[in-house]
Amino acid sequence: MLFDDPVFGSRMLTMLTLSFHIIFATIGVGVPLMIMIAQWIGIKRNDPHYLLMARRWAKGFVVTVAVGVVTGTAIGLQLSLLWPRFMELAGHVIALPLFMEVFAFFFEAIFLGIYLYTWDRFENPKKHLLLLVPVAIGAAMSAFFITTVNAFMNMPEGFEIVNGQLTSVNPLMAMFNLATWTKVTHVVATAFMTSAFILASIAAFHLLRGSKQTYHKKGLHLTMKVGLVFAIASALIGDFSGKYLAEHQPEKLAAAEWHFETETEAPLIYMGILDDDQNVRYALEIPYALSILAFNNPSAEVIGLNEFPEEEQPPLFIHYFFDIMITIGSLMIFLGLIYVIGTRYNWNWIRQKWFRFCILLGGPLSMIAIESGWWLAEFGRQPWILRGFMTVDQAATQSDHVGLMFVLFAILYLILGIGVVVVLTRMFKQNPVENDLASLQGGEGR
Amino acid sequence: MSYEILGMAVLWTFLFGYVMIASIDFGAGFFNAYSKLTGKEHILTKVIQRYLSPVWEITNVFLVFFFVGIVGFFPSTAYYYGSVLLVPVSIALILLAIRGSYYAFETYGPTGHNGYAFMYGVSGLLFPASLSVVFAISEGGFIEITDSGPILDYWSLFTSPLTWSIVVLAVVAVLYISAVFLTWYADKAGDTNATNLMRKYALIWAVPLIVTAGGIIYELRWHNPDHLELIIDLWWMFAISFIFFIGSVYFLIKKKNYGWSVTLLFGQFAFAFYAYGISKYPYLLYPHLTVNDGFTNDTMAISLITVFILGFVMLVPSLYLVFRLFLFDKRYIQGDK
Repeated sequence: MLFDDPVFGSRMLTMLTLSFHIIFATIGVGVPLMIMIAQWIGIKRNDPHYLLMARRWAKGFVVTVAVGVVTGTAIGLQLSLLWPRFMELAGHVIALPLFMEVFAFFFEAIFLGIYLYTWDRFENPKKHLLLLVPVAIGAAMSAFFITTVNAFMNMPEGFEIVNGQLTSVNPLMAMFNLATWTKVTHVVATAFMTSAFILASIAAFHLLRGSKQTYHKKGLHLTMKVGLVFAIASALIGDFSGKYLAEHQPEKLAAAEWHFETETEAPLIYMGILDDDQNVRYALEIPYALSILAFNNPSAEVIGLNEFPEEEQPPLFIHYFFDIMITIGSLMIFLGLIYVIGTRYNWNWIRQKWFRFCILLGGPLSMIAIESGWWLAEFGRQPWILRGFMTVDQAATQSDHVGLMFVLFAILYLILGIGVVVVLTRMFKQNPVENDLASLQGGEGR
Repeated sequence: MSYEILGMAVLWTFLFGYVMIASIDFGAGFFNAYSKLTGKEHILTKVIQRYLSPVWEITNVFLVFFFVGIVGFFPSTAYYYGSVLLVPVSIALILLAIRGSYYAFETYGPTGHNGYAFMYGVSGLLFPASLSVVFAISEGGFIEITDSGPILDYWSLFTSPLTWSIVVLAVVAVLYISAVFLTWYADKAGDTNATNLMRKYALIWAVPLIVTAGGIIYELRWHNPDHLELIIDLWWMFAISFIFFIGSVYFLIKKKNYGWSVTLLFGQFAFAFYAYGISKYPYLLYPHLTVNDGFTNDTMAISLITVFILGFVMLVPSLYLVFRLFLFDKRYIQGDK
């Protein structure tokens, strides 16, 4: 059977569920904000295009939320099923944000349900818009609470272990640990960024297909601007994350950067490969850059991976996840800037096919950056599940059936993934925006 | 009241809420699939779209609330139950995914598909069946504690009459609760055909419900006599539950006051559910884990309870809004809005 070792099986199944869930979680956190902005502009400018945009985005959003709910429930239970020892320990210290997350999601689900089924039930459209406020807040709070748990796994605080006994538990300190701020803000900002760029991809797709609707141009313009703002924010926060790692989790940064010897004026290694003797080849080396990234100081000393015992070193392939993440992040800032400046000065070529094709790629690329970021974060914490206290080996279930469950869930996610794509394509193909616009112009109510 | 009992009472209440509203959901899916197969289509499809679709995500949160809450208040449950439930709960998750995706793909999507409706209906019965196994496990006798952790004895679990009684009760209860509720809902919507159909189903499932419930008490005599004694001590709660059941059926037979039928139905299940819960005290997993051993530290307990109260204050008005818009708005139910 697949995965004879339950520990490895548990890690793979958790990775599978999280990698699939994060797509829908990211959309779930980011898209409500986008819908809210579009609907707000629509009401303010009395422009039916933006109202229609909000409505069509919401329609597609529901499908992704459903999959997000299902996979979110799966990961919630799998934490206990695959990591029983960890949840037993963590339950004592970090149960509070998990519990609050449920409330936040509860709130979000309630108002989302109301929002979706009440498009035409309010006389005053502003009241309907107001329903989105708890949805967007609930979504962002969910992300906040759940990310504090991940931060806690990296930086366990708020408890002491004396003679094997857990004492002095402080749930708030556990929640607001040192890793929380950079992690939470990075997760939320990248979710906004990625959602905006995915919606931009859709608009670019329609424009590439030759649609002349101003509807899509307005959509592209709005999403690219919002995407750019949050791409810049993500990069700035990402820089703080690097500084956090350098100071508090140096082994993760060192593994991600292939930085083996502690040294000052450390260079940044970009891409490349490692040979058997840990020599870096074919890499782009940027002098001083790692010291700057780590401490804002070109001559600062950066701790190397060789300072840590071998069994506590994270796997070295996380280097590529780091590079993919920052490469895509930088490209997206660049793309957004060109678009915004180009529109401002009315450059013709930003309306060319090839440029719109780049925008089309931006959405999927941003999602790849999200996945890379999480793989970096999770593999980079190995061998720990709770850094310094419990390893994945100690935490995992002993069940013999993990491999079989992996196969079942893999099939499930495959079907769900295909289902989402098929349903969304059919939904919007059968009801193209031209139809909605025509009924708008016909004056036949919305 | 000690924190342990307060925590357990809160969790049990959410589980009760989940059992009731999810049963309505599960049963409706099954009746829908059944009527599609027998050609009485579309009577229920409308009810499902107008009532179940807006609220299924809310229903699901009740379940999430329960399992996140129990790990929060009683972290040891994560170790005991987490180690042994990998297979049954994973199967339940897959069934849940079928149901969740049905809402997303079928009711928001363009066309309906009979095969999918059938899977959705069947998964609605298999899901409670797979989860109800947890209740059988909690009665003890199926788990062995070894050096590498607790191990579930699947053979004795699935050959035990107790397990199967609990599974059957779960399924029958789903069908009964759902039929009674939908009788009332269809009546409010003014859909006479649907009302008569659901009333018929409700009466059909009333007798098996009481027979299986009695059967479990009988099985416990052999399986866990200590627990049976505690149940007998609470005979009056079960008696009240039974009286409510009779009242509920009476109104169904008389074809009037369906609202009372539903109210009494909730009363019936509330008394039976809480009586069962109280009779299990103090065991979370007989005989290995009690609420006192498994309880979290006091600091966490106080923070969880505080958050719960704050959250509850926010939730109640929002839930009220949902009910007003989708359940008690006559024009919405009748499809005018």
